[in-house]
Amino acid sequence: MEFFKYTKTFNFMGKSKLAMVLSVILVLSSYALLATKGLNYGVDFAGGTIVQVKYDTNAPIDSMRDRLKGNELFNGASITEFGSPDEVVIRMKSTSGSVTVDIGDVTREALKGSGNFEIRRVDIVGPKVGSELKEKGIMSLLLAIVGILIYVAFRFEWRFAVASIVALVHDVSIALGAITLVGLDVNLDVLAALLTILGYSLNDTIIVFDRIREGVTNSKNTDLTNIINESITRTLARTTLTSLTTFFVVFTLFMFGGEIIHAFAFTLLVGVVVGTYSSIFVASPILLWFGFDVKGYHVKLAAKAKREAEKDRMRAQYESGVM
Amino acid sequence: MKLNYRIVVFALAIIFGVFFSVPSLFQMDQGKKVALGLDLQGGLHMLLGVRTEEATKSRIKSIAASIKHFSDRNDILVDELKFDESSISFALLDSDDVKAVQKFLTETEGINLSVIGESFSLSLTDEEIVKTEKEAIDQAIETIRNRLDQFGLAEPVVARQGEEKILVQLAGIKTQEDEQRARELISRAAKLELMAVDEDRSARVYTMSDGDASEYGDVILEDVKNPAIKYLVREIPILDGNMLTDASMGFDQNNRPLINFKLNAEGAEIFGDFTGRSVGKRLAVVLDGKVYSAPNINERIGGGSGQISGSYTVMEAKDLAIALRSGALLAPIYLMEKRSVGPSLGADSIKASMIALIGGFVLVIIFMVVYYRAAGVIANIALIANLFIILAVMSLFGATLTLPGMAGIVLTVGMAVDANVIISERIRELIYEGKSMHKAIEDGYANAMRAILDANITTLIAAVVLYAYGTGAIKGFAITISIGILASMLTAILGTHGIYQMLESKIIKSKNNRFWFGIKG
Repeated sequence: MEFFKYTKTFNFMGKSKLAMVLSVILVLSSYALLATKGLNYGVDFAGGTIVQVKYDTNAPIDSMRDRLKGNELFNGASITEFGSPDEVVIRMKSTSGSVTVDIGDVTREALKGSGNFEIRRVDIVGPKVGSELKEKGIMSLLLAIVGILIYVAFRFEWRFAVASIVALVHDVSIALGAITLVGLDVNLDVLAALLTILGYSLNDTIIVFDRIREGVTNSKNTDLTNIINESITRTLARTTLTSLTTFFVVFTLFMFGGEIIHAFAFTLLVGVVVGTYSSIFVASPILLWFGFDVKGYHVKLAAKAKREAEKDRMRAQYESGVM
Repeated sequence: MKLNYRIVVFALAIIFGVFFSVPSLFQMDQGKKVALGLDLQGGLHMLLGVRTEEATKSRIKSIAASIKHFSDRNDILVDELKFDESSISFALLDSDDVKAVQKFLTETEGINLSVIGESFSLSLTDEEIVKTEKEAIDQAIETIRNRLDQFGLAEPVVARQGEEKILVQLAGIKTQEDEQRARELISRAAKLELMAVDEDRSARVYTMSDGDASEYGDVILEDVKNPAIKYLVREIPILDGNMLTDASMGFDQNNRPLINFKLNAEGAEIFGDFTGRSVGKRLAVVLDGKVYSAPNINERIGGGSGQISGSYTVMEAKDLAIALRSGALLAPIYLMEKRSVGPSLGADSIKASMIALIGGFVLVIIFMVVYYRAAGVIANIALIANLFIILAVMSLFGATLTLPGMAGIVLTVGMAVDANVIISERIRELIYEGKSMHKAIEDGYANAMRAILDANITTLIAAVVLYAYGTGAIKGFAITISIGILASMLTAILGTHGIYQMLESKIIKSKNNRFWFGIKG
């Protein structure tokens, strides 16, 4: 089975202006969402308490609310359904530093008589730990980006590195926008998903860039637009196939992975789609606009080859004892 | 068909993978197994902080106690021995004693001493404060570890995290009662103090304020069973739990559980001296600031052993004895982070992620066979080998499989297959260009290699950062992704290449590109 034949080259760069408009709109509206609605930090980063309760039957949310009202520990607590109608989470901003008095026990007492239930999870993150995790999270995103930037610059060329980073920022921004849009809680798992998107989207970009590098090195053609179009066309089957398989896998995770992994899977789902798009329509055009100089690169390559040849010649001479 | 080094390495890798993943897969008793994270098997994860300022306070208190004891022993009359959070002050009635006290105090380490006439004032040096705080954390880790080791759970984790945090992980806590017990055992200060009841003013205890009491160098403590009963005791204890050598549960004549304790030689001597001097008065046995009993002293008690009676259950008495035996916490601890997962939620998570893993896996496998035919089958062999190797490596290193770790494996399936997609596409391309089958395969691998390496290394960079900065469960994700990527280099690149080389003559002979690579021609 084949999706694409390499008989004709698609003119991707011809559509790059249109794509750029779309990207700019998406990124800007993501930022607008972030600025207005804002990220919804979960307990991991904001600190707070979560109690997950599962009932035998549908959870009696109204009666739970009434029962919790009596205890000031639950001031400002929100109760929401979690995955299915019989499971709920109680979220609170407050945390208790006491090791012996447990909010799980308190909740059990307070909810007594509201039905048959089980407390399945209690997460308490103190404010200090929360802000530390946030700091570390931001650091890890930045570090990953810088590490990748250095590696790509070293393996390719700085313009490739910058182009791939722009694509990464594009992807992460849109993923954050999507998270804000649906109002997901941003916890450590979402951070992990964002970092995975970095890796994944970069994978895609690098596969395309590798082809471009190959095209630039090998082809007599010095028109970068043609080289890019051809490279993207040639990798299109792979891009589509891998994106599809990854998409399937993440989609099953999203559908069947359970509520706890839901936010993680959602973030990845957005990331896979945006990451595939960006390697073709964001990273490559930027390379073009940076005016990557194919001729100059050829000259550089030739000079490098010459130097190496010279070195080899010297070594051969030295080894044969002529010098 | 001919053997080549790649296929041999691949075969060895598969044998390794299968062999070492068997104990984990079948949950066998012997052999190294993958540990399930707390989020999968249920358990309690806590990050504890230590109130180190309390440690310096209690250091001050114990210095005060030693001054008191020294002066009592040497018949030195001390006036107004007072202490607050960071300093002690007192005065001597007889200036002849100044030298002796000064000598005694200079032998005490880590204090700044100033003497004006007969008045002494002293405080802890800055280094001593730092040292005391550090010791408090070290000691808390040690103490909590000791206590949990005796609690009877399999492999409790107690470790320092960062400078001043203590990580406690208890897997396999199944019931609410167990969790409650564990938390109480961990946080219990278990500070035992034997204190003298101030018999002269005791009658006024119910009308006295805390401020009044401290004027006299006393403190008001409540009875453990009935907070309405109050005792007025001397603020500086006769001795504390530092001098305890053993504590165990026993029973009194009515078969009620109590705790027997033994003091070391120094403690026994102090205790003997005190009881000898205080016949007819009461001695308060104080644990964590509550009076457990206050028996009358009938005679001098030598031998240095005693009892703490109170109405506890056997279980409480047992845990209390453990806490006393492992020593008191120098400073109280508090909760910075807690995550507790019930076993049923863990089981649900395993089920859900297994469904996702198997579902995703089957989808990918079918897709690959439909799209690439035999090449897809070869890629799938590599994929399955990859899973075994991940499991084997994790088992060998005793790594922990968490829920995000499961997600990492699912994701690795997607990424590992990518390498084979890239390779297969390259081979197809070269076949279309009319290259010979041998050249198509070899060049296909050579061409694909650069891209695969670059892509994998960048993903590894992200994974390493995740490992370095992630905590707990997220680390698990970084681990499985990293192992998966490294294993995929072995299986998807080297392994499949070996299979192609082995089958090369067959592929060439058959001339059926449709069967082998899913393309016409």
